[in-house]
Amino acid sequence: MAVPPPTDVPRARRRRLPTGLVWGGSLFGLIVIAALFGPMLAPFPYDRMDIMARMTPPDAIHWLGTDEFGRDVLSRLLFGARLSLLMGLGATFVSLLLGVPLGLAAGYKGGRVDEAIMRGIDLVISVPPILMGLLLLSLSTPNVWKTAVAVGIIYVPIMARLTRAVTLEVAREEFVLAARARGERLWYILAAEILPNAWPPIIVEAALRVTFAIMLGAALSFLGLGVQPPSSDWGLMIAEARPFIDTAPWVAIAPGVVLCLTVIAVNLIGDGLREVLDPRLRQVRG
Amino acid sequence: MIAYTLRRLATVIAILAVMSVAIFSITQVLPGDVAQMIVGQFATDEQVRAVRGRLHLDDPVHVQYLRWAGGLLHGDLGTSMMMDRPLGPMIREAIARSAVLAGLSLALVAAIGIWLGVYSGVRRGTRADRLISLGSYFFISVPEFFWAILAVMLFTGYLGWLPATGYASLDEGFWNWARHIILPVATLVSGLVAHVSRLTRSSMIETMQAQYIRAARAKGLPESVVIRRHALRNALVPTITVLAIDVGLLMGGIVVVETVFSYPGLGRLLIFAIEQKDLPLIQAGILVVTAVYALANLAADLMYAFLNPRIRYGSAAAH
Repeated sequence: MAVPPPTDVPRARRRRLPTGLVWGGSLFGLIVIAALFGPMLAPFPYDRMDIMARMTPPDAIHWLGTDEFGRDVLSRLLFGARLSLLMGLGATFVSLLLGVPLGLAAGYKGGRVDEAIMRGIDLVISVPPILMGLLLLSLSTPNVWKTAVAVGIIYVPIMARLTRAVTLEVAREEFVLAARARGERLWYILAAEILPNAWPPIIVEAALRVTFAIMLGAALSFLGLGVQPPSSDWGLMIAEARPFIDTAPWVAIAPGVVLCLTVIAVNLIGDGLREVLDPRLRQVRG
Repeated sequence: MIAYTLRRLATVIAILAVMSVAIFSITQVLPGDVAQMIVGQFATDEQVRAVRGRLHLDDPVHVQYLRWAGGLLHGDLGTSMMMDRPLGPMIREAIARSAVLAGLSLALVAAIGIWLGVYSGVRRGTRADRLISLGSYFFISVPEFFWAILAVMLFTGYLGWLPATGYASLDEGFWNWARHIILPVATLVSGLVAHVSRLTRSSMIETMQAQYIRAARAKGLPESVVIRRHALRNALVPTITVLAIDVGLLMGGIVVVETVFSYPGLGRLLIFAIEQKDLPLIQAGILVVTAVYALANLAADLMYAFLNPRIRYGSAAAH
């Protein structure tokens, strides 16, 4: 991650953090704790079946009840946090890893490079998001990594377009001209001059992408094209609970609520980041 | 305008041509033997060979592609492997049913979303505005498939008003048809309305600060006329772009919603094709959806250019 230039750090510290960022951050912190320590916190293994305790409503032993195989819902939720975060962060990482260099190249080099990259991106965009996922996952057995990469690829165009737009603006600044006049090498200009000044909008967009990736990943798992049983991905848990929603609604509601809370948490963080970084955004736009 | 339309139409055709190659190669070149994957790992060699023969998998790849693409140009989408029926009529029926869902949802999304956005935009900071903002924040954060399940719990399980799954054609009576379509449409609308209303709100707020709005007020026009005649028309331009983006999201939503409600549309058909590894159906289905999506985007672009003359005379490459 890029460290913001030192001059801006004190200003950001002095301002009070937006409430949304604090709330979202705390909520997200809880989910990260669940993802890191879930297996230790969980009262039962996520795949331990108990035929005698099938679909028991929430009680003192099973705080969130059990599913149709007698598996503890709370334990499965805690194990699932890791999968959801992996999907959200992994996919966003892939989209940054591919999208940012493409955007930098297109924005800075311009001309034929720009043209080639942007036409390629138009092509990826011409397929509706979920279909791209279906296409990439349709013929091989999916797992959490493949799904994360597929979702990441879907978001490459957005990252690349954004990076390109910011790069175009930053590349006009005088310090970039100065670096070129000094005869700095291309990679130095891109990595040390342009990228540190192009980060803020990219970070905000990346935070938003995490929520979209979590939702899309859950939807793909729900459709059977993501994480496979017996893993306890939240989307998959909802799909598996579907036939029993009349008799055991808690099995579907619990992962759904946690999924929504995760999305709300990341959304709050994204909006909070936008608020914090906005003054700099305007500076960049000059 | 005509030159612009032609240019955009050419782009669409080019995209579809390239996409047909991409779809074909992704589905053909995936790791492993396609025929083996279709019949399963316990199949005999004869079975594998039979499938290879039926799909012409032993021909060189470019011959296979040209046969497929040639068929497409003649309107022949191929034959389903699992059901052994021509795909054309099957996909056409499915599209018609999905189009009903999509059309109704999009119309409702536009109407409700724009109304909510304008309503809260002109009342910025009031309690109503904050309530709508909070509501849309909440709605954006709930995935469609979870809405669908909550809706089924409430309206089917608890209240028993509406059927959880299935489809009835209009011939079976209007109410029968409507009963099956209410929950899918409501689910689709719930996610997208927030999108449109948030954007309309911010663009309305921006527009209301423009000089010509002040001029309109200064000459004594009633506020409702200022909003309807002067502000709305300009505020809606970005909304149209977002509606085009929403068509993409809507298509994703349709796949999910049709699966949850067992609604026999194109999305359900595609998921079925993938579950059954029905290769021709996967290829044709994804290409058809891409085509529909490209045309929807084209329509949005043209409308945008129509409303905003600056686009028409600018370079098409920038868009």
